[in-house]
Amino acid sequence: MTKTMEIEQERHVLVIFPHPDDEAFGVSGTIAVHTGRKTPVTYACLTLGEMGRNLGNPPFATRESLPDVRKAELQKAAEAIGIQDLRMMGLRDKTLEFEDDQKMMNLVTDLINELNPSLIITFYPGYSVHPDHEATARAVVRAVRAMEESKRPKLHCVAFANNTLEEIGPADIRYDIRHVYDKKLEAMKAHISQTIWMLKDLEASVAEEGSELHDRFNYEHFWTYTFDEKDKVTEIKS
Amino acid sequence: MEPILPEKVQELINTFAGQEVYLHMETTNGAYASHFNEKFFSAGAYIRNAKLTYEHGKIVGDGPFRVGLKLAIGWVYAEGLTHYGFDENGHLLMAGHDFDGKLAVALQLGTTPFK
Repeated sequence: MTKTMEIEQERHVLVIFPHPDDEAFGVSGTIAVHTGRKTPVTYACLTLGEMGRNLGNPPFATRESLPDVRKAELQKAAEAIGIQDLRMMGLRDKTLEFEDDQKMMNLVTDLINELNPSLIITFYPGYSVHPDHEATARAVVRAVRAMEESKRPKLHCVAFANNTLEEIGPADIRYDIRHVYDKKLEAMKAHISQTIWMLKDLEASVAEEGSELHDRFNYEHFWTYTFDEKDKVTEIKS
Repeated sequence: MEPILPEKVQELINTFAGQEVYLHMETTNGAYASHFNEKFFSAGAYIRNAKLTYEHGKIVGDGPFRVGLKLAIGWVYAEGLTHYGFDENGHLLMAGHDFDGKLAVALQLGTTPFK
């Protein structure tokens, strides 16, 4: 297992994910550490998770009311981990891979040009399961790859596909976030419409030293994206 | 959303018949189905704001229910519907929620577009 390391001091952190709650599980502890140091963090959340399936039975929301529910949850989660610059980008859940690829890339380029981040956090292309995750990851990789090499921000990616370990190996970054776990838990709880089914059992399991969940929620893992032979993201077809 | 009362929903379906309506329809097993179970064949479809006119529609079954809408030269069909309700624009929302409270199917109709 990769050794735990210190979180580096950043100039500005840009977090890009497609769905409210994507930030909560994998990276909210890391974000809380950055915001705790007063490092500016911008979270660009591309959709409102309009097509989420958890609507309850009996239902607590409808297909039409879910976006507002999730928007409020997203704002609450951002507050829990100290994000002051939350941007809802207005795209629609489950449609990102069908958007114009150049438009998706430009969206990221514009954010980079405006914010000049030293670190971008997103999903790892090819290993992030959901088609929206993959489309987001590709857009970020293309935008960063188009930059002059010396000006590129670091790119830390989240991967969780079942074949991740055998194909790209273990994460090269492992942070101990136990000291901000309460904030992470608060962020996960903020997305209650999506997490209620798992939070019931989660707290007890996470507390259990040595369990898989203990490791998954007390430590956060990233794969540094490198623009070498491992970079499999294609150029945009014109 | 309330559990479907077929007589009530039939009346509502009748009120939208014979006029131009906007339709949202989807079926889904979730984007993670094949991640959690690699033997699971994931499939789904949705259409949002399709504009159509149906001649008549019916709700049938003992619950979960099935709805079919007869178009001039085609059909709309959904099964597994358990609940109905309205949004703030008076759209008729019908949905099938599975045993875990996850949406499995939706069929929604209204005289104005969905957001």
